[in-house]
Amino acid sequence: MNSIILRAGTRYLSGLLLLFSLYMLLRGHNEPGGGFIGGLIGSTGFVLYAIACGTEDARKALRLRPQDIAMAGLGLALLSGVFAALFGDALFTGQWVFINPTEDSKGLPISTVLFFDIGVYMVVFGSIIALVFAMEEEI
Amino acid sequence: MAETRGNGAVGVVPVVLAAGLFAWFCSFLGPISDGGAVRLAWDWVPSLGISLSFFIDGLSLTFALLISGIGALVLLYANTYLAGHPQFDRFALFLTSFMLAMLGLVLADNLITLFVFWELTTITSYLLIGFGHDTTKGRRSALQALFVTGAGALALLAGFILLGTTAGSFELSVILAQGNALKAHALYLPILILILAGTFTKSAQFPFHFWLPNAMAAPTPVSAFLHSATMVKAGVYLMARLHPAFSGTDVWLWTLTIAGGFTAVFASLLALRQTDLKQALAYTTLVALGTLTLFLGQTSAYAMTAFATFLVVHSLYKAGLFLVVGCIDHGTGTREAEILGGLARAMPITALAAGLAALSMAGVPPFLGFIAKEFMYYGGLETAASVPVVVGALLAANALMFAVAGVVAFRPFYSRPGGETPVKPHEAPWQMLAGPVILSVAGLVFGLLPGLAQTYVVNPTVASFLGSTGAAKELKLWAGVNAPLILSAITIALGLAIYLLHRPLRALLVQADAASPNFDVGWDRFLVGLKALAAWQTRLIQPGVLRFYIFATFATVTVAIGGTLLLRGAVPEDLSFGDVSWKNVALMVLIIAGALLTAVTRSRITAMAALGVVGIGVAIVFIVFGAPDVAITQLLVETLVVVLVAVALLRLPMLDPGGTRDHRPWDAVLAALVGVITTYVLLSVLDAPLDRRLTDYFEVTSWPEAFGRNIVNVILVDFRALDTFGEIAVVVIAALSAYALLRTTTFGKEGEK
Repeated sequence: MNSIILRAGTRYLSGLLLLFSLYMLLRGHNEPGGGFIGGLIGSTGFVLYAIACGTEDARKALRLRPQDIAMAGLGLALLSGVFAALFGDALFTGQWVFINPTEDSKGLPISTVLFFDIGVYMVVFGSIIALVFAMEEEI
Repeated sequence: MAETRGNGAVGVVPVVLAAGLFAWFCSFLGPISDGGAVRLAWDWVPSLGISLSFFIDGLSLTFALLISGIGALVLLYANTYLAGHPQFDRFALFLTSFMLAMLGLVLADNLITLFVFWELTTITSYLLIGFGHDTTKGRRSALQALFVTGAGALALLAGFILLGTTAGSFELSVILAQGNALKAHALYLPILILILAGTFTKSAQFPFHFWLPNAMAAPTPVSAFLHSATMVKAGVYLMARLHPAFSGTDVWLWTLTIAGGFTAVFASLLALRQTDLKQALAYTTLVALGTLTLFLGQTSAYAMTAFATFLVVHSLYKAGLFLVVGCIDHGTGTREAEILGGLARAMPITALAAGLAALSMAGVPPFLGFIAKEFMYYGGLETAASVPVVVGALLAANALMFAVAGVVAFRPFYSRPGGETPVKPHEAPWQMLAGPVILSVAGLVFGLLPGLAQTYVVNPTVASFLGSTGAAKELKLWAGVNAPLILSAITIALGLAIYLLHRPLRALLVQADAASPNFDVGWDRFLVGLKALAAWQTRLIQPGVLRFYIFATFATVTVAIGGTLLLRGAVPEDLSFGDVSWKNVALMVLIIAGALLTAVTRSRITAMAALGVVGIGVAIVFIVFGAPDVAITQLLVETLVVVLVAVALLRLPMLDPGGTRDHRPWDAVLAALVGVITTYVLLSVLDAPLDRRLTDYFEVTSWPEAFGRNIVNVILVDFRALDTFGEIAVVVIAALSAYALLRTTTFGKEGEK
């Protein structure tokens, strides 16, 4: 689609959408959000970019093949599930570490659950973009 | 053809492995011949009672020794026979895998373990027959063998499962211990039929015999190993293994006797008809399999001794003869009996091995083959089935075997040549001679020293049937003048006569064969019919019209749910719409309007936008009822769907391009029905008291146990993470499949390029 306005707007919108998608991903454990929603929002950023500037540019901007991102996400999710085996827990049992705990708070939580959610994000993100790019290029 | 160089480590390692296994199995000879047994077991799927357990007794040890011993010789032979072949590494892998699978099969003590190895032999056999996959014949033969034995294996699996549940255990040692209870059980007959379907296909008993001669498309070492000495005997092995539990009934006796006897006579006639040496041997293998099956039908000590002796002697001479034929093929370039002759001068060692093996096959003293034949007649005279039929069948089969032995192993070496061979005859290298010489000499040694075979092979094997090592009859070359000896003499005289007259007989057989039904052609017809059936039902069920699929799906839902509701008569009670606010009514109107517009519009873009209204309306419903996560997802999915559909729309044809619309009333009726039923179901659901146990559990535990306040997300990534993992795997698979489909479909771009 050849529209200067769309293209100019997309530059900023795509970036914002990606940033927002990360925000939604990270806050997902306590507020509405999470990997599925984050991945959907992130992919709209690139879908918009592909519509405005063409899939060739969008692929360049993405650098990686979207299918690879999806597969890597699946692998990350699996790893974070298998990780529990190291501690003798059942598959996909969440493992938590709290950084800098103080009197008032437990500290910054880092967990396999978070990595699992990142995996979900990558799967949704990669799958949708792979599909949209393929459709755009085919038609 | 200077092919004395080998194939490096790929050629040597399998030989060493097989020889090592042979040596290892030999170390069991002592304890097993004393009547012991060895059992090894590991848990595999304990919840289903499946264990990886192995059991070494006389029967399985005899098979294991044959497999590893002949395997070592065949692998050594193949290393030279196929030297320099570009795909030798593949061949070595297949053959070695086959050998290990076959060993697993005969040593397995668990029905499921046995079945897994059984199928592994089927698959490796398929790969080996199809080794020459660049020929149509090779591919067809491989597929035929796979289909026939694979179909039998399915029946076998069903039989095993029935047997396992009936006996309460999948362990063979447990099953064999309750033979009488099994025979009295109501499921005895179904189990027997299913298992015999498996063993008869595997061991090529009539009417499933036709795949075996075709399997000779495989390289000669494969024929020698799989299709004479080992794989085809897997069926025989299984019948032998189950013999203690299943034998002794009339069904068992008559089924095995008739099938085995008929296969033996029928195949020996066909063997004489062949002029290709390898084909002739293939049919004599059928004879042997039939004979072994016949004896497994019996229960007397003589019959079991005959089975054990003949099993060993057949493997020795048949593998040897196949390898000899390979040497002839290798040395002259042909296997045609009518051309070959006078090879003894050029190939003296091959001739010697062929002669020794053929004498054993013909059943001439002092070879082990003679003793085996004596016992066959002993066993035949004691049969519980009809003595004249059994002895007659054995006599015919043995005499014909004698003649075929002459045609295959005597004529090519000593008669006058019938024509020029493609290659000037030359002797094979030692690696190829080792196998035939060792195997054929073994037949002689065991014949001269029957005590050796008695102690280490026959006694333990018979003990597996009858329970004690002393049960077997004594093997001896001279047992005085008795009925079997006279029958042996008749056999040899008859065989000699047939050999001398084999040419005119062959002409007669060719005519008879042409007049009788051909199973191979029947097989082709069957396949054509099967394909036509598949095509017909595919056209019926999958016409490729999307509208039809959607209609069928929703019609099924309507009938299934609507039918259930009608039958159960569930009526929602206590419906009150008092708390429906104006906000909800407005949403409802919005959604209904969107749906109606989607249904009646003639423009795709309008339809899409209207459908978007429905989706967003639903998202607002989620927000109103406090499910922000679901609402956000719904909104985003709606957005992306609109983008995807908009992209796809550019390529689609116009809506209903001027055609008739007679399907629309039906669509409307179906849509209305689906709507009514869904509403009805939802109302019924609301009518029932809500079970809040799970909700309460998650509300209470989400923060203390999973450190998250967003319950939806905590369920997704923590409580039910495995489910989510399954879902994202589906997402990836769906995306990749769609991607592949898009990439391979060209949407008519072909013409433009």
